[in-house]
Amino acid sequence: MPITPEVLLSRLQDVLGDKLVGGTVALGEVSIEVRPESWHDAARQLRDEPGLRFDEMIDLCGVDYSTYAGVGRQGGHYAAVMHLLSVVRNHRLRVRAFCPDDDMPVIASVVDLWSGANWFEREAFDMVGIVFEGHPDLRRILTDYGFIGHPYRKDFPVHGQVEMRYDPEQKRVIYQPVSIDLREVTPRILREENFGDVGHG
Amino acid sequence: MAEIKNYTLNFGPQHPAAHGVLRLVLELDGEVVERADPHIGLLHRGTEKLAEHRTFLQTVPYMDRLDYMSMMQNEHAYVMAVEKLLGVEVPVRGQYIRVMFDEITRILNHLLWLGTHGLDVGAMTMFLYTFREREDLMDVYEAVTGARVHAAYYRPGGVYRDLPDSMPKYQVNKYKSAAEVKRLNANREGSVLDFIEDFTNRFPKCVDDYETLLTENRIWKQRTISIGVVDADRAKQLGFTGPMLRGSGVVWDLRRMQPYEVYDQLDFEIPVGKNGDCYDRYLVRMEEFRQSNRIIKQCVDWLRANPGPVITGDHKVAPPSRTAMKSNMEELIHHFKLFTEGMHVPAGEAYAAIEHSKGEFGVYLISDGANKPYRMKLRAPGFAHLAAMDEMAHGHMIADVVSIIGSMDIVFGDIDR
Repeated sequence: MPITPEVLLSRLQDVLGDKLVGGTVALGEVSIEVRPESWHDAARQLRDEPGLRFDEMIDLCGVDYSTYAGVGRQGGHYAAVMHLLSVVRNHRLRVRAFCPDDDMPVIASVVDLWSGANWFEREAFDMVGIVFEGHPDLRRILTDYGFIGHPYRKDFPVHGQVEMRYDPEQKRVIYQPVSIDLREVTPRILREENFGDVGHG
Repeated sequence: MAEIKNYTLNFGPQHPAAHGVLRLVLELDGEVVERADPHIGLLHRGTEKLAEHRTFLQTVPYMDRLDYMSMMQNEHAYVMAVEKLLGVEVPVRGQYIRVMFDEITRILNHLLWLGTHGLDVGAMTMFLYTFREREDLMDVYEAVTGARVHAAYYRPGGVYRDLPDSMPKYQVNKYKSAAEVKRLNANREGSVLDFIEDFTNRFPKCVDDYETLLTENRIWKQRTISIGVVDADRAKQLGFTGPMLRGSGVVWDLRRMQPYEVYDQLDFEIPVGKNGDCYDRYLVRMEEFRQSNRIIKQCVDWLRANPGPVITGDHKVAPPSRTAMKSNMEELIHHFKLFTEGMHVPAGEAYAAIEHSKGEFGVYLISDGANKPYRMKLRAPGFAHLAAMDEMAHGHMIADVVSIIGSMDIVFGDIDR
């Protein structure tokens, strides 16, 4: 039988100690936030500690929190989020760390701990621009050869910045600025706190 | 003797054995692969970014287009993530329909995998046989959702509609005589459930046929045994899930270990391989055909006996019925708000994973309380599997690369997203 999320969280607090910034149990899932400088050490403990044994890294992604809830987050917009799974102990965990510097978000690579992290870190670098220190081969992975920018950042437009077409005069494919306009059919709506209360608006 | 140096070979992106748009840069020493560097992203459409600009309901059809061989399973993970955040309950009948279609989809996916894997390795006939059965299941898809592939059938809170009472029938035309049509329509006289049951009765025989053609086939065994071996520890290190992990001998299936929907009430077994080579992964998937078939049968029996709602009655999430909407002011408002502004999902984050045909398909959803997701990350099983290409292909012949790609069961819709 897997242990309950609450037991897992208290076990994590014991093991990680002051590497931890915070931890919550919500919707049956355990999430912890670790200090960016202890990202790699914490990951090693999560993998090797007998009571935890997270032997598979399921997912790693970058998240840009710069417009969260319309206002964004203070102090570090970019976070690396990792989902771990323990096949041996049958439990899951979400680990997050915010990169301190927005101009150059850097965090340690965990490829040496889980080989499967290789492509996931390349993707987070490509899409959100987080640099993973110690990654053996940090190239772009999903975007085009010679692509500029990081598409999943919130300041990157959904229709992109350049488009490609064949130029019959130069007899080759060329890039040019996009010619389409941004079209939003349904606006993004954040309801006020007391929305729907009697007497409101 | 002339000095032979390593040379580089570009495999794909147009190669038929590349299963779509895989560009594989192979560094060869003679015919032996020294290094394999897959270049992906040729089918990248930015689904995760698009989802940030669509309401929660509008994102459902994008899910079909991820892994376009197991359409409804992708939707399943997504709607489960939304439901988790919303905290809505799905009616039991809705859960059974979802499970049944998940398994139908698994058979569809494995049939395509078997056909194309066979084709790659030289067993041409497999393709013809498996597509015959796929056709029947696609007809089920069409009868229930109106689309053969891109179903958009699962909705947050349940499924779009209940199973219809009749199957569409063949009609006489200048190519099909009355006698021929009568024969083709023989199993289409009843409801969709009758048609599915008829399929489950004859499908085990079809799997036997496939096995007769391949399992003991000398060429097939020579091409797959001891090719692309991954042991259990490496498989976990590399983030393998699904048949790839089970082929290496790890007993791990989310349907059993972390059950969702009604899988804990169904009777099925988890096939596990031993050696972690292409042949074991083949055997695992062949047994999954039979187990999925068993699950479908149990679902059909349950669905026959238990009518009921298939989608939640919470009109903040699911639309009201047409008649109620046309005759009742409040329902009209709900309908209007739901299809213009969309549903508001409470702030928070959720990760929902299902046992997809290829492995663990997960959706990580962050909501800030708006009518659109703040960030969505899709965890595609094929992405992790293809990342292991270099390790699996190292030291093998160039022809074995094709076997390895085939046994990974990769589809670029979900790798590139």
